[in-house]
Amino acid sequence: MKITRVRKTAIVIAAGALLLSGCSSSDSDSAGGAYAGPVQDTPGTINVLAWPGYAEDGSTDPKVDWVTPFEEETGCTVNVKTYGTSDEAVQLMQSGGYDVVSASGDASLRLIFGGDLQPVNLDLIPNYADIFTNLKDRPWNTIDGANYGVPHGRGANVLQYTIDKVKPAPDSWSVVWEPNSPLKGKVTAYDSAIYIADAAVYLMSTKPDLGITDPYALDQTQFDAAMALLKQQKPLVAEYWADYTKYVAAVQAGSIVAGTSWQVIANVLNGEKSTVGAVKPKEGATGWSDTWMISKNTESIDCAYKWLNWIISPATNAQAAEYFGEAPANSKACALTASKTHCESYHAEETDYWSDVYYWKTPTEECLDGRTDVKCIPYAEWVKAWSSFRNS
Amino acid sequence: MSFASTTRRYFQSHVWARITALLSLPIAWLGILYIGSLAALFITSIWKIDTFTSKVVREFTLSNFIDVLTDKAYFNVTVRTVGVAIAVTMICAVIAIPMAFFIARVAKPKSRPVLIALVITPLWASYLVKIYAWRTMMAPDSGFLNWLVSPLGLSSPGFGLLAVIIGLSYLWLPYMILPIYAGMEKLPDSIVDASADLGAKPGRTFLKIVLPIAWPAIIAGSLFTFSLSLGDYITVQILGGTFQMLGNVVYQNFALNLPFAAAVALIPVIVMIVYLASVRKTGALDNL
Repeated sequence: MKITRVRKTAIVIAAGALLLSGCSSSDSDSAGGAYAGPVQDTPGTINVLAWPGYAEDGSTDPKVDWVTPFEEETGCTVNVKTYGTSDEAVQLMQSGGYDVVSASGDASLRLIFGGDLQPVNLDLIPNYADIFTNLKDRPWNTIDGANYGVPHGRGANVLQYTIDKVKPAPDSWSVVWEPNSPLKGKVTAYDSAIYIADAAVYLMSTKPDLGITDPYALDQTQFDAAMALLKQQKPLVAEYWADYTKYVAAVQAGSIVAGTSWQVIANVLNGEKSTVGAVKPKEGATGWSDTWMISKNTESIDCAYKWLNWIISPATNAQAAEYFGEAPANSKACALTASKTHCESYHAEETDYWSDVYYWKTPTEECLDGRTDVKCIPYAEWVKAWSSFRNS
Repeated sequence: MSFASTTRRYFQSHVWARITALLSLPIAWLGILYIGSLAALFITSIWKIDTFTSKVVREFTLSNFIDVLTDKAYFNVTVRTVGVAIAVTMICAVIAIPMAFFIARVAKPKSRPVLIALVITPLWASYLVKIYAWRTMMAPDSGFLNWLVSPLGLSSPGFGLLAVIIGLSYLWLPYMILPIYAGMEKLPDSIVDASADLGAKPGRTFLKIVLPIAWPAIIAGSLFTFSLSLGDYITVQILGGTFQMLGNVVYQNFALNLPFAAAVALIPVIVMIVYLASVRKTGALDNL
């Protein structure tokens, strides 16, 4: 039910976009078929657009490198560009020049319907067989039976806190939302409109009267409540972050002690000794489920397919998921992580754990939670509200 | 006859060919890169976007301007940005005038090149390095500034408006000093001497003689500090905490709503036009 709704909306929007563009440009042939293969040993260069920590080539930490072995094995050259928000990823993909991208659910549909991607022929990716079944053919990576990529991993946006500054260790988002928080002036929040969903997640448990069931399907009343919560939070916030290196520096300097974060940031901070903790609070959290996708205009299709197969291979997926701090997508990766408890601690094989992790997706006017009696606020309005809020 | 000599003869006999050859490149640069990009900015601001994919749709709309003009947040951010630009300009002027005066009139002529070199040394380092250095110094609780003022019972203001003003003032100061120095150097000694001979004290001479003559140079410097502050967003991102300026609005929106970002980007252009128009009356532009 939910899936068809999303799909319908997306198709209607895409059709509208095609009409508006007058079907004149090459956008209209975006539904072109997937690569027939076979994948050949053509040398080439691929420009990889990835979340930080997804395509490590040793430049962050010489010991963390699964790009160089790929280059040595395949003869393909890889250039990695990282981005801080899904919005940035969409913009960079649209500007062109990238061959493969790791896209979260709030970016993938925008890219597919924007005509920036090509369907993926999964037969050419042997490692796809080992992907967890509940990550296959999901609405954020598959449209009308056409697969647009291979799952990489999933995780929750955690609450990170500096251990010796935040006592006792928090188990609730209240420390970053409530006006009487003892951490006033030392809190951080994510600098993207999608963060409005984090406010909605908190409201789901603190104001059940609002009836929010999906933080990405907010009607006007629910949306206003989320914006009011963000305004209430603003005096607590030292800085909004989108650049994770700046975040790391701010935590090290002590100007930020708590806020939404990624496990990889906590891992970088805990590189030498454990200074920060990271939890999924009792209210649940927003999260991501990411997919590797191929640009429509890639000139190195063979290298792109090899990359997709490489990045979800059990060994690489284990390495990348463990480094980033998320649940791997490949079921065989669990046996290969350095820490034998990795999949257990990230709940890779449990389904219950994910019930209160709300994967990023792009809000649309037609409510994603299935309601038909109200209109929901589409993402473009989220962006406007966020921009206005940040500058008010 | 060689090609070179034919060409030379042609240019010698055709004055217009000479002028065209000489000026076509700079005019193309000015026309295409400056005026052209401004025109592109304006055209983009009257387009729509596809609200789902964020792609630009080339259809006419005024909604971007309506959004900019009706949302109070953008009025406020404009006021804040202009306020910061004015504050930075004033601070730079207050520091630069005595410094330029000292270098141009008081210091020995031999040491002037050294002093000028010292003034521009900050420009040799990368913008980002300098701003990150300020970030370290300004850090609340742990920064150098905090250590400096803590004996007085104060604490560092941390990141925010004040940090942005200090950071920008530091960055743009050389752009204020150089034109004022050039202006004061042109000042003939005889006028200053005449003022003193007629009984004016140094303070009066400075206020009534030096400052009015240097005024166009000060305005010229202010054009740099004002316009550079108006458009900056990186310093604001690094030192501003939650504080934002117009550049940040553009930066935040260009990925998702390019036409709206273009509409916002026209605000500083308009502010600069107003500023230039009001400055033109002082005659400073004749002196650039």
